[in-house]
Amino acid sequence: MTTFNRRTFIQLTGAGTAAGIIGAPMVARAAGPKVVVIGGGPGGATAAKYLRRLDPSIEVTLIEPNKEYFTCFMSNEVLAGDRTMDGIKVTYDGLKKHGITVVHDLVTGVDAAGKKVTTKGGQTFAYDRCIMAPGIDFNFEALPGFSAEAAEKMPHAWKAGPQTVLLRKQLEAMPDGGVFVMVAPPNPFRCPPGPYERASLVAHYFKQHKPKSKIIILDPKDSFSKQKLFEQAWAKMYGHGTPNSMIEWVPGAKGGKPNKIDVAGMAVETDFDTIKGAVVNVIPPQKAGKIAFDAGITEGNWVPVNKGTFESLKAAGIHVLGDASDAATMPKSGYSANSQAKVCAGAVAALLKGKEPPTPAYVNTCYSIAGKDHCFSVAGVYTYDKDKNAIAEVAGAGGLSKLDASDEDRKREVSYAHSWYRNVVADSWG
Amino acid sequence: MTPSRVRRLLTASMVAGLTLAGAGTALAQTASPEALANTCAGCHGTDGASLGPSTPTIASLSVEYFVMSMKDYKTGKRPATVMDRIAKGYSDEQIEAMAKYFQQKPFVRVNQPVDAGKVKDGKALAKKYCESCHEEEGKIGEGVGVLAGQKLPYMQYSVVDFLGGKREMEKRQKQKFEALVNEKGKDAFDSILHYYASVK
Repeated sequence: MTTFNRRTFIQLTGAGTAAGIIGAPMVARAAGPKVVVIGGGPGGATAAKYLRRLDPSIEVTLIEPNKEYFTCFMSNEVLAGDRTMDGIKVTYDGLKKHGITVVHDLVTGVDAAGKKVTTKGGQTFAYDRCIMAPGIDFNFEALPGFSAEAAEKMPHAWKAGPQTVLLRKQLEAMPDGGVFVMVAPPNPFRCPPGPYERASLVAHYFKQHKPKSKIIILDPKDSFSKQKLFEQAWAKMYGHGTPNSMIEWVPGAKGGKPNKIDVAGMAVETDFDTIKGAVVNVIPPQKAGKIAFDAGITEGNWVPVNKGTFESLKAAGIHVLGDASDAATMPKSGYSANSQAKVCAGAVAALLKGKEPPTPAYVNTCYSIAGKDHCFSVAGVYTYDKDKNAIAEVAGAGGLSKLDASDEDRKREVSYAHSWYRNVVADSWG
Repeated sequence: MTPSRVRRLLTASMVAGLTLAGAGTALAQTASPEALANTCAGCHGTDGASLGPSTPTIASLSVEYFVMSMKDYKTGKRPATVMDRIAKGYSDEQIEAMAKYFQQKPFVRVNQPVDAGKVKDGKALAKKYCESCHEEEGKIGEGVGVLAGQKLPYMQYSVVDFLGGKREMEKRQKQKFEALVNEKGKDAFDSILHYYASVK
């Protein structure tokens, strides 16, 4: 097959051009291909950084509205009072040092045919390829009574930042003996073990400061990520399985599904009951970030992609990775986004040169801290199944921490979790 | 070149791009050493240089030691929290490719909190008990781990596993460990590790 990539096209046109437009191809050749990255979370930041590592001739522009980014990972430690907001804050200075142009603006339009991106601030950026990592948005319509405004009273805290601060303040202000109600989301959602880690770390905080308080998790699901490990931790530290259990998990089958949120009454209505809370944390159902819908590349709630390149199946030249994509075999985690971003960067760098995309390799490792000196993890090693366009888990590898692991190993995993945090942040934004 | 020819070429280039982008693209068989190694960075740091506090730096390890570690994790011979699960995801050839990649990368030594008294004691002890295998202040690791600047908690975990019989010791290492315990007591290990953690 004869392929015309960008470079050969420029050479061809340059060679045959009449004197009138001879300047243009020369400039284009010197400038190098342009990639616009939308979103400065772990996925977008890693993609931008690794593109420059792979090919410094690529001009990378990353567009992200916020000048400071707060990581969702480790934000549950902030809720527990074990970490400050500064401890989950990252800036974009590191990316700038790699020669990436960082623009703080909101992308409002992506023109796949015209290969350009427009922003709220009125800027336009042309690209040869676009990488979109917009993360999640909330599917408020799927949860009657709840809205962005309601989240100012009943915070989701599922995008770290002001919402994290708000929920922490509410937990601090809650009197001892209060009830903390959490509404867990239906699958699939960002950070599958996250709600249960949050319940654990809020219990860890209550145990120290408000020991008469209770936690009720209302869940539309009948099972959850790392469930046995969490329940073991809850039994060890928070009285799970006794009448004095601090955490009560109500599965869908037992009426846990939320039907309606009563914001004025600070309550959640289920099939059988109306449950009131002193603090109510509603984590809504989720979907891909707004710009993916605006670009018209979604199917259902997520973006279908080629799992080997993360290129949209609906719009050539736009790659979507991380939480927004339908790479469902891998959990929607920060590590997944970081790993997918490197695969995507490799593919984009190759495609820009007219080469075949390289064979992908992906990993996810995700730690959950359930209390003092108590942590466990899930890991997965993945390859690309080209025939099925699927990310396939390597059989026999990965899986959960052992249920019978020693206290020493649970404690070591806390330290490894904190190491993971520092390294993944530096690898993504540093 | 006429404008219509430019347009035709543009169209051809776009069609080619679409074909390349499709799910049917023939990808090469094996992930490159770099692509494989990139999957480690989330925990072990970019190019295997960990910021810690505990996850070890895997840059600059000898191929022999890297391969042995991964194979021992795979078989369960070496105790682990997570590496046993991850090592099983790679073939022997892939492990070797990653080993060669990381061996070329620099060991970046970052400041770690250490006890100055222990560092001083440990330096003398290391010279007597460790230097014969962990040469040049532990910077060289032919078939053994690089200790100079390695993460202190990680080295402490390793010693706990060695002394507790959970991790097998090589014959000469076992002799040295026993001599150190008998002659200086178990606390001597911690002094030695503080010293190695401090080496720049």
